[in-house]
Amino acid sequence: MSQTTAARPRPEWVTTLITTVASLILAFLVSAVVMVVSDAEVAATWTYFFAQPGDALSASWDKISSTLYAMYVGSLGSWVAITNTTAEAAPLICAGLGVAVAFRAGLFNIGAQGQAMVGALSGAFVGFTVTGLPLAIHLPLVILVGLLAGAVWGAIVGVLKARTGAHEVIVTIMMNYIAANLLAFFMLQKAFQAPGRADPISPVLEWSATMPRIADTRLHLGFLLALLAAVLVWWLLDRTKFGIHLKAVGLNPHAAATAGASVSTVTILTMGLAGGLAGLAGVQVVTAPELLTGFPPQMTGTIIGTLGFDAITVALLGRSRPLGVVLAGLLFGALKASRRTMVTMADTPDKLTDLIQALIVLFVAAPAFVAWLLPFLRERKVKRASVPIAKVAEA
Amino acid sequence: MSVDIVPTTVERARVESPESRTQRISTGVLITVIGVLLLWMAFTVDKSGQIALSDAFADVKLPTLDVPGTATVLLSALLVLGAGVGFITGRLSARLRFVAGVAAGAGVLVGFIVWAAASSSLPFTLTSQLNLTLEYATPLLFGVLSGVLAERAGVVNIAIEGMFLTAAFAASLTFSITHSFVAALFAAALAGVMMAGVLALFTLRYLVDHVIIGVVINLLASGLTGFIYQQLVAKNLAAYGTVQPMQAWRVPGLESIPFLGPILFTQKPLTYLGILAVPLVWFLLFRTTWGLRVRSVGEHPHAADTVGINVVWTKASAVLLGGLFAGLGGAYFTVGSVGAFQDNNPTAGNGFIALAAVIMGRWNPVLAALMALFFGFARALAQTTKLMQLPIPSDFIEMLPYLATIIAVAGLVGRVRAPAADGMHFVKSH
Repeated sequence: MSQTTAARPRPEWVTTLITTVASLILAFLVSAVVMVVSDAEVAATWTYFFAQPGDALSASWDKISSTLYAMYVGSLGSWVAITNTTAEAAPLICAGLGVAVAFRAGLFNIGAQGQAMVGALSGAFVGFTVTGLPLAIHLPLVILVGLLAGAVWGAIVGVLKARTGAHEVIVTIMMNYIAANLLAFFMLQKAFQAPGRADPISPVLEWSATMPRIADTRLHLGFLLALLAAVLVWWLLDRTKFGIHLKAVGLNPHAAATAGASVSTVTILTMGLAGGLAGLAGVQVVTAPELLTGFPPQMTGTIIGTLGFDAITVALLGRSRPLGVVLAGLLFGALKASRRTMVTMADTPDKLTDLIQALIVLFVAAPAFVAWLLPFLRERKVKRASVPIAKVAEA
Repeated sequence: MSVDIVPTTVERARVESPESRTQRISTGVLITVIGVLLLWMAFTVDKSGQIALSDAFADVKLPTLDVPGTATVLLSALLVLGAGVGFITGRLSARLRFVAGVAAGAGVLVGFIVWAAASSSLPFTLTSQLNLTLEYATPLLFGVLSGVLAERAGVVNIAIEGMFLTAAFAASLTFSITHSFVAALFAAALAGVMMAGVLALFTLRYLVDHVIIGVVINLLASGLTGFIYQQLVAKNLAAYGTVQPMQAWRVPGLESIPFLGPILFTQKPLTYLGILAVPLVWFLLFRTTWGLRVRSVGEHPHAADTVGINVVWTKASAVLLGGLFAGLGGAYFTVGSVGAFQDNNPTAGNGFIALAAVIMGRWNPVLAALMALFFGFARALAQTTKLMQLPIPSDFIEMLPYLATIIAVAGLVGRVRAPAADGMHFVKSH
């Protein structure tokens, strides 16, 4: 039969690439539709579509193209814009790595939010209370403290999971709220407040606790640290015994235990590592210099924003691989960097980036759905009667 | 030869598994520690505590109770300690242990409230505390039912938050356009069902991991509502963002009962609906054929499939009904209580708190609803004590439900067991 020789199965990475690109395109298409439908002026032109179709089409096209152009200008349009993208991407990459590492060990770390909060809080505290140190000592100290705080916050979950079997999803969600309440409490203490202020805002960090940057841009040391972290995670996962154990536990804990890996040690260390990476992301948020002032933003109760949940999207889009996480972090960093120009140039609300981000991950998470939506992407089936339908749906 | 086969008394040997022994002892230690804490707190107060039984501006004024501070806290501390020691020694029968548990709970409650009142110059307003409890618990009641229905059918529901948010927005927008509460509630329920539909479709048809799709739905809800709010509503607040919230409905006759009337019978319509929905869901789950099917597909879908139950459709129906309840709960955040939708995370993580209540309530609608009340109580306590300038920061009181949930899932107190096939994918294999 000539069919078997002609239809060689498609390599897995090609399938992944096709699904990812299709997801990106679908997400932008759906966002464009939402954008047109929810804009009162543009939607009004569609009400007389059959009388003057040109109006509706040109108004919609104007809306979409001006938004896309504004996004390009904000994220890639200039040297400063590109460094804006890298600055936004750095914490996303770190926290995304934290979620991704846990994923590889079969753990769902929803707690990057809380881990980043304690990392940011403790890092910032060392950043503005300790004075008189040179940058070469102070900044590493700040980073180390934030990283350790996050690691402890994550390891607590690991210990609970390993010792009692408590489900990490529930525990991490609860730890997020405990971290948020702790943050709210500490930000109202005298030691954490800017002098003369009664509201939850911290003093400005010492310059020696600020990430050095290339002058007049936002390309700072933090981005290099994020790339370094990605390389380290790759090395750890693919070149060490611990990494082999970690992935083995993720694939099948019982088999891993039989093969000699200690599941509880791996669980605790992995959650500690994940928390440390998220804590590093928190430190990045509070030590990255602003474009105009050159100083990092003052610590507040809301500075972390939705970093922990964005990190989950980064890890999902990056398929929990270090390189994938870096690329996904850059993409979502670019989306975040384009927020301001989107509002000023195209009069499009910056929440659009959240919508695009969520849609991308929705499609990426459900390859079977994308395959159903776009059947022409599907691989020509090798004619074999024994392939069960379930396997095809899973692919 | 007569053999006396039937003994007159049967000595029932109590055999305790090591697992339940550890649990009993850790529960006892926890209660004892709290008792010791209360004992210490008893000696930090030096005056009597005032507990107000009516709001400051209520029509009917009830007397303000004057409770001796140290004596009452000491008494409740001893009660809690006694219960804790009873647990540790293991001399109590199962029924007595239940009584001891309830006594410990009551002791902690009374002890803490009296301590709070005695540590502050202001009285502790019991009525406002209980009113706030119901206010905070109302959306949780709906959320809890949504979680219980989905998880009993074996679908992990992290998406309650997203359903809340979408429904809150839909209710606000619909009311602004139609000025009708019925339409707003209908839109909210529809929004909840649609989000639940996404959850059902992606978990049951496309076999996506339940937790992943739940997180994604939450993000999607946040992005969608935030974007449409900024694009459409914020540009024309008069047309799309003007809401008269529902007013409290006084039950005729019953509302004039002193103390209880202003608390139980002067509530928002959605609060009554939420309280009534709990027994309804209990009945549906435990007294109807549909409920039995839902529970069976959550425990062992393949067995259910073998006896001819349509597994996927049963799961989907439970998730969708859950979406309806979550939608009504979402409406409470806008139309039901405060008014128009604001773009500042109006649901504030209540969906996750409802999830915690589901787990604490062991996937049982009635227990989970009680846990929702407890979580509402803790949040209300943080709110009530915020003004009283207590030595304990209110942020720590607000933390209590989360700590309690961690303690529960870690198995320190009681056994928490999810439906056996919760989060599993079902693929018909023949």
